Amino acid sequence: MTASIAISAVRKSYVSRGREILALDRVDLDIAEGEFVAFVGPSGCGKSTLMNMIAGILSTEEGRITHEGKPVNGINRNVGYMTQQDAVLPWRTVAENVALPLRFHGMGAAARAARVTEMLAAVGLEGFGRSFPAELSGGMRKRVALAQLLAYEPRTLLMDEPFGALDAQLKLVMQEQLLAIWRARRQTVVFVTHDLAEAVTLAQRVVVFSGRPGRIKQIETVALPEERDVFRVRFLPEFEVAYTRLWEALAPEIQRGAAA
Amino acid sequence: MSGAADEAAAIGGPARTARVAAAEQAAGRRRWAIIVLRVLVGVGFIWLWHHASGNWVDTMLISSPEAVGLRLWHWTLDGTLWSNLSVTLYATAWGFAIGCVIGFSLGLLFGRYTLVAEVFDPYITAIYSIPKIALAPLFIIWFGIGIESKVAVSAAIVFFVIFLNTYTGVREVNPLYVNVTRIMGGSEADVLRHVIVPSAASWVITGLKVSVPYALVGTVIGEFMSSNRGIGFLINQATGLFNIASVYAGIIVLAVVGAVINTALKHIEAHVLRWQR
Repeated sequence: MTASIAISAVRKSYVSRGREILALDRVDLDIAEGEFVAFVGPSGCGKSTLMNMIAGILSTEEGRITHEGKPVNGINRNVGYMTQQDAVLPWRTVAENVALPLRFHGMGAAARAARVTEMLAAVGLEGFGRSFPAELSGGMRKRVALAQLLAYEPRTLLMDEPFGALDAQLKLVMQEQLLAIWRARRQTVVFVTHDLAEAVTLAQRVVVFSGRPGRIKQIETVALPEERDVFRVRFLPEFEVAYTRLWEALAPEIQRGAAA
Repeated sequence: MSGAADEAAAIGGPARTARVAAAEQAAGRRRWAIIVLRVLVGVGFIWLWHHASGNWVDTMLISSPEAVGLRLWHWTLDGTLWSNLSVTLYATAWGFAIGCVIGFSLGLLFGRYTLVAEVFDPYITAIYSIPKIALAPLFIIWFGIGIESKVAVSAAIVFFVIFLNTYTGVREVNPLYVNVTRIMGGSEADVLRHVIVPSAASWVITGLKVSVPYALVGTVIGEFMSSNRGIGFLINQATGLFNIASVYAGIIVLAVVGAVINTALKHIEAHVLRWQR
């Protein structure tokens, strides 16, 4: 397998109130094409910063990141990006939102309409095309974002706590939907979360970041089959093994953060 | 799924119960009651005016509703009303349009390029602090006593309101929307069209609503200072002749015009910002 995302010797610091804060230091990581990787770590460990650097929203200070063989330099238009905060445009209808990336990629109106209908059906939002986001529930808005993300078929998905604001049941439903989509299309997925159970449930590999400065502390391969039932996977022994080992790596970092 | 009921409620499910009908009826009754009360307040005011004039207050000061109504009627019949009103509306519309276009363009530019905004900031603040009415004599020297000077006064007033609102609106744009739109493949023009302009729209529309009366003020002040036509000219001339009924008639025309334009803007706002709830 070839690396989809190659991160080597990446460092990033911020200057704030006359002090330099080191957010990420000496980070090396290869993510294979079609792989589902989760980033976990205490808040402020730089996991979102790293994801934003893969998206090209932030620049690296030292080291380099390449995506699909090309160094990331400026906004990376070959990824899909989804955050905890709603990013669907509130002044566009659901259908217009889903159609936006297709429009940017030059798809004709008729093909666009067909694709939007197909995508809305795929996430269970048939008939909501003409609603505005404010008329939908938080869970439905997440599904709009997902439909938009999948509509233009980016080969890589960058997701920063996408289901963080949802209640526990809805979160499971969304996780199930995401896994089904991933199994069908095999995108490379980078999934940032602070929820260790979510990371183990979804990912093939879980990367634990240490507290500031953020470094990779441990990488755990989850020995669960790809065909997973998100509602039951937590009762399997492999889940427990991975969860326990990851928790042992993560707990001291969280305590360090809480004490500081 | 537990969210299903909430979701049906969120989009207005099909359940039209007796309770819904009752709530709608109550809302309808309330609307009618408000209309009736409004009319009563208006009639009451005219009645009070009628009684006050000549009894409690000198007719020279407040005229009377009959005299003012008669004057408006004569103005309508002999064409005075329209020939003057059209001039005022024309100048207001042009001033408004010019002020809007320049204010909106510069607001976008300053909002997008922080460096430009920071460099020009003290000058903008200084010019903003000038009461724009103080520029009216200057505009009369530059553009003459014709309609151009009135357009200039109202454009100068409108410009600042729209410029500052657009600038603030553009600065308030959520950077997440900009980044996500770019990642999805949007060009800078796409970002402007789909993110910046619609996001700033609520600020811009607030600016438009505030500036319409200002545009009217600018024109009328220009007409007060020097002109030979327009509602401002009518009021000014009538004041010189102590024709108090004409003064009030002119003021009422301005009030009605302002109210009509504002109502139209309210409808435009409701359409453009229909995504807000």
